Amino acid sequence: MKYIDEFRDRETAQTFAELIHAETRSDRTYRLMEFCGGHTHAIFRFGIVDLMPDNLQFVHGPGCPVCVLPAGRIEATIKLAEEHDVILCTYADLMRVPTGKRDSLHKAKARGADIRMIYSPTDALAIAKNNPESQVVFFAIGFETTTPPTAAVLNIAQAIELKNFSVYCNHVLTPPAMAHILSSGEAKIDGILGPSHVSTIIGSDAYKSCCKQYNMPLVIAGFEPLDVIQSTLMLVRQINEGRAEVENQYTRLVTSSGNKKAQALMNEVFELRPQFEWRGLGQLPESALRINNSYSDFDAEKRFEMQEITSSDIKGCICPAVLSGLSNPDACALFGTACTPEDPKGACMVSSEGACAAYYAYGRHR
Amino acid sequence: MCLAVPTRVESLDSATATAIVELDGIRKEVSTQLLDDVAIGDYVLVHVGFALERIDTEEAEKTLALFAELRAMDAET
Repeated sequence: MKYIDEFRDRETAQTFAELIHAETRSDRTYRLMEFCGGHTHAIFRFGIVDLMPDNLQFVHGPGCPVCVLPAGRIEATIKLAEEHDVILCTYADLMRVPTGKRDSLHKAKARGADIRMIYSPTDALAIAKNNPESQVVFFAIGFETTTPPTAAVLNIAQAIELKNFSVYCNHVLTPPAMAHILSSGEAKIDGILGPSHVSTIIGSDAYKSCCKQYNMPLVIAGFEPLDVIQSTLMLVRQINEGRAEVENQYTRLVTSSGNKKAQALMNEVFELRPQFEWRGLGQLPESALRINNSYSDFDAEKRFEMQEITSSDIKGCICPAVLSGLSNPDACALFGTACTPEDPKGACMVSSEGACAAYYAYGRHR
Repeated sequence: MCLAVPTRVESLDSATATAIVELDGIRKEVSTQLLDDVAIGDYVLVHVGFALERIDTEEAEKTLALFAELRAMDAET
């Protein structure tokens, strides 16, 4: 597969690994946070973690939208599906996320709610067109990668005056979460592997002020194994040389200013929420989007007068610490025993790109 | 969630802003609403049914050339 296979070459990975071993200093540690779940997954799936020297550690970040969505937003969605008799469309990742009461969209579907898994927001739009007698709600989540497609379907829905379609918007923003983690300093990180496809949309310049403020090296890295390992070497070099720059390894898909057309569409449809709760990180100011006034007819929160629900996480689950880079999944008492991908207790085990799911799938619990 | 795949554009329908893209023999209709001037033969990154960006093939080749250079250096030592 073009632009995939070439970036998975074993020999090149070995060469990069040798350089990393040669260039890391033995008198210090290198704690590198991969912000995205996609990177966490690549690091374990391709065995990159085993190629690294002992004093280089990957710290897992909060870049998994399923993991950071508070359980209360899922409870609110279940309530909407069951009490308003809507057709609820959502990405498959969300179906099995447990709420504090151990309910889930999957269980609500089993009880009879009309909840449908979709691949694309355009599928939700098609379902609305084909079911004019039903209200269709798209439960939208995701970082900046996934936000422009939601904006695109809202734009179409308004243009064709689709009356039975609305969106429950849970889109969140990367730079504010990154700034939050750096401002607390608790994760004690020395460098960041920056997002791949979020950066395709927002551009590499979006991290400049944050990295400057916290004097933090950042390398935007693609999701393929050679992208990750080359970016790791670039971070080691920045750290050794005392630089704190935003560098871009993923030049084939990331520019300094990003996709302006996608940004314009997002700006047309969404506005900043004053604050938003992130599972594990708490309330973060200006860290998420909501549908703006000119599109308010399509805002499910307004159409169905949805209320905020506060929900507690399942007892014993350490997802919050995992998402903040403070603990590894195997430090959790539930990990691999009470909490498995088949019967997940926390969101980081549900999502295939959650850190707990990556540890479990690639045998880190043994 | 942010995973996306590089695909090749096989055909375009400008009236509906859609394209048929191909990856390893699999064909799928995707929206081109987020991009201007997509052309047949372009490689585009697809995520949740949308082409998010064109792959800059020149930049991709530069990265691959660097990999080749590294391997050659490694072979010499």
